[in-house]
Amino acid sequence: MDYLNALVAFLNFVFVPGLAYGAQLAIGALGVTLIYGILRFSNFAHGDTMAFGTAMTIIGTNSLLALGITFGSLPTALLALPFGIGVTILLVLFTDWLVYKFYRDQKAKPVILVIVSMGVMFVMNGVVRFIIGVRDIRFADGERFLITAREFKEMTGLREGLAIKTTQAITVVVALIAMALLFWFLNKTRTGKSMRAFSDNEDLALLSGINPDWVVKVTWMIVAALATTAGVLYGLDKSFKAFTYFQLLLPIFAAAIVGGLGNPLGAIAGGFVIAFSEVTITYAWKKVLVYLLPESLEPDGLVQLMSTDYKFAVSFAILIIVLLFKPTGLFKGQSV
Amino acid sequence: MNPALKNTLLFGLVAVLLIGTGFVQGWNSALFILNMGLVSAILALGVNLQWGFAGLFNIGVMGFVALGGLAAVLVGMPPVGEAWAAGGFQVFAGLGLGVATVVGVVFLRKKLTGRAKTLGTVAMLIIGFFVYRAVFDAGVAAVEAVNPALTGNLGGINFFGPHRDANDMLLPDYFILLAWPMGGLLAAGAAWIIGKTALGLRSDYLAIATLGIAEIIIAIMKNEDWLARGVKNVNGLPRPVPYEVTLQNDPGFIARAASFGMDPVTASTIYTKLCYSVLFATVLLILLWLAQKALNSPWGRMMRAIRDNEVAAQAMGKNVTARHLQIFILGSAICGIAGAMMTTLDGQLTPTSYQPLRFTFLIWVMVIVGGSGNNFGAVLGGMLIWWLWVQVEPLGLWLMNLLTSGMADGSALKEHMIESAAHMRLLTMGVVLLLVLRFSPRGLIPER
Repeated sequence: MDYLNALVAFLNFVFVPGLAYGAQLAIGALGVTLIYGILRFSNFAHGDTMAFGTAMTIIGTNSLLALGITFGSLPTALLALPFGIGVTILLVLFTDWLVYKFYRDQKAKPVILVIVSMGVMFVMNGVVRFIIGVRDIRFADGERFLITAREFKEMTGLREGLAIKTTQAITVVVALIAMALLFWFLNKTRTGKSMRAFSDNEDLALLSGINPDWVVKVTWMIVAALATTAGVLYGLDKSFKAFTYFQLLLPIFAAAIVGGLGNPLGAIAGGFVIAFSEVTITYAWKKVLVYLLPESLEPDGLVQLMSTDYKFAVSFAILIIVLLFKPTGLFKGQSV
Repeated sequence: MNPALKNTLLFGLVAVLLIGTGFVQGWNSALFILNMGLVSAILALGVNLQWGFAGLFNIGVMGFVALGGLAAVLVGMPPVGEAWAAGGFQVFAGLGLGVATVVGVVFLRKKLTGRAKTLGTVAMLIIGFFVYRAVFDAGVAAVEAVNPALTGNLGGINFFGPHRDANDMLLPDYFILLAWPMGGLLAAGAAWIIGKTALGLRSDYLAIATLGIAEIIIAIMKNEDWLARGVKNVNGLPRPVPYEVTLQNDPGFIARAASFGMDPVTASTIYTKLCYSVLFATVLLILLWLAQKALNSPWGRMMRAIRDNEVAAQAMGKNVTARHLQIFILGSAICGIAGAMMTTLDGQLTPTSYQPLRFTFLIWVMVIVGGSGNNFGAVLGGMLIWWLWVQVEPLGLWLMNLLTSGMADGSALKEHMIESAAHMRLLTMGVVLLLVLRFSPRGLIPER
């Protein structure tokens, strides 16, 4: 029995990747949940908004690199992130003015807005492919590891190593900053408070003189910032591919719904719930169990509950279970 | 303009587009577009049944199409006897144990109460899971070890095998036609399970649920090699129509082709495609007739009443949940039939080719553009949008060439623009959908 090595193996293969993935999902889900809370529809174009923001950031990164500017040991993409966010804000505000505003003024049913967002999804997907193509793009530069498995082993003398990628550390830090900023904004500023009021009760908010156009505009800006950040963090950690971002829609929606649609705190919790369950269920536990069990009980197989290709099934199963037992999500969300 | 005339003109437009394609790009491509257009029209009918009649927001169409494709393999391919002997029965025993576990859990939860209920459920699930995995995994390993380069799966139920004539030429195998209703049944079964769990949910939740299920179905088809070879694909499905090679070696056919002034190769490809067109058109007409009957029956009126006001329909004593489940299953079954037809046309099953944008969201564009709630609208949308989907690429390339004609050869922008013409499709589909939703939200042929 060797608890220390087991713990390190667990941290290395389950906890750290799960934490980074969970943070990415959480920021993505925050965007979905804000749109749902304020504009009252499920935005299917969210994955493609993320892809667009990331594509813009990649272009910014390449221009910076061409100018010879880097961010030292950190990825240059972080410097280009404000540019990506800026362009994405312009795009979503333009989309809102061109497409969504018409249906909002008509007071169209939410399901119509969902179908409209499907159209926007097609267009954005096309635009992203148009701009940057369908290839797999890696744009992380700088130091690859904060600490490599070898360094860790030498430092501690353990058999298992704990490797932390720079991108994982950045993901967690940036996510924390983004969440702190968002909650500060929603709870402390006048505009943030009016957004929450608008989300809780639209009529009452209008009655007390809140300008709905302004609230909607601010919401889109925040959503664009969150979507771009989530997309860039995911792309730095793995890689950028337009189609993968479209597929991220499912775990992101699962996270938002599990947490309770329209509830920002729920979106964060949902993101981590989904990420950790995906990682734990698709991880081959043999590596951890060999340290915990006596030799005679050592497992023969990999002790992998499900193959990694079924990770969608995991987010989905959790989604269904939560919906069946708690239809408004873990934290109380809105239910229209 | 009166509606009947307008509709005739719209269908006439589709015919003109197809005939124009025939003259410009050749009859082979025109017939290819027609065949897939017919299949798309059937898919649109299925989605229209769910969305147009009942207002169910199903964006898992891809999953049902893929199940139809799976049925084509399970019906059309000959069984692999060796694999069955090696572990086929063990695989099914494993699956049976899995089902037994679920049934056992449901039974336990009814019998027990309090803490015993929770503990019993968890214990049953854990024990059941590991027993199921032990039996199932061993069976799968045995099956997949049998000749993995060629089969490695259990095969289908086509015991009669490929038919050949005296000269060893392949003959049509009508047994594969059985795959079409089977595809419908398979999709209906899946729809029943999904509907039982997810139909009670709100519309956006149902959307996410169906989206997820479709992804899971594709994941299963990619990974369970024992079923249909996974990503190794299944090739050489039997065909219900004459093979081109067989026709080209048939003196009678060559003579007939010559009398039309055609060379045998072109004549045989066109003849084969025409046979498919006739088969597909027959299925489409039958389903369209049934859908029209349903729409104008008391049942169809009840469906629309439920769609427009659930509470009022409930007050009239209609069982909304049961009706929703019913139409969800029917619509999904139609998608399954279309999926099986599509795989039969392709002659192969390629799980990686199932993309949600192409097999779910494009179908939605068809239904919305054609006119949700109107069967003829769905058929029109299916044919028209499919034509556009195929033609946007050459049109885009032509447009890009025109736009860049003034630029210097070899300039980076010119190359980039010509390269990205291939991505015009999604953009165009999105723009068409948004324009229709904005300016003609009821579609080209609105519901009456």
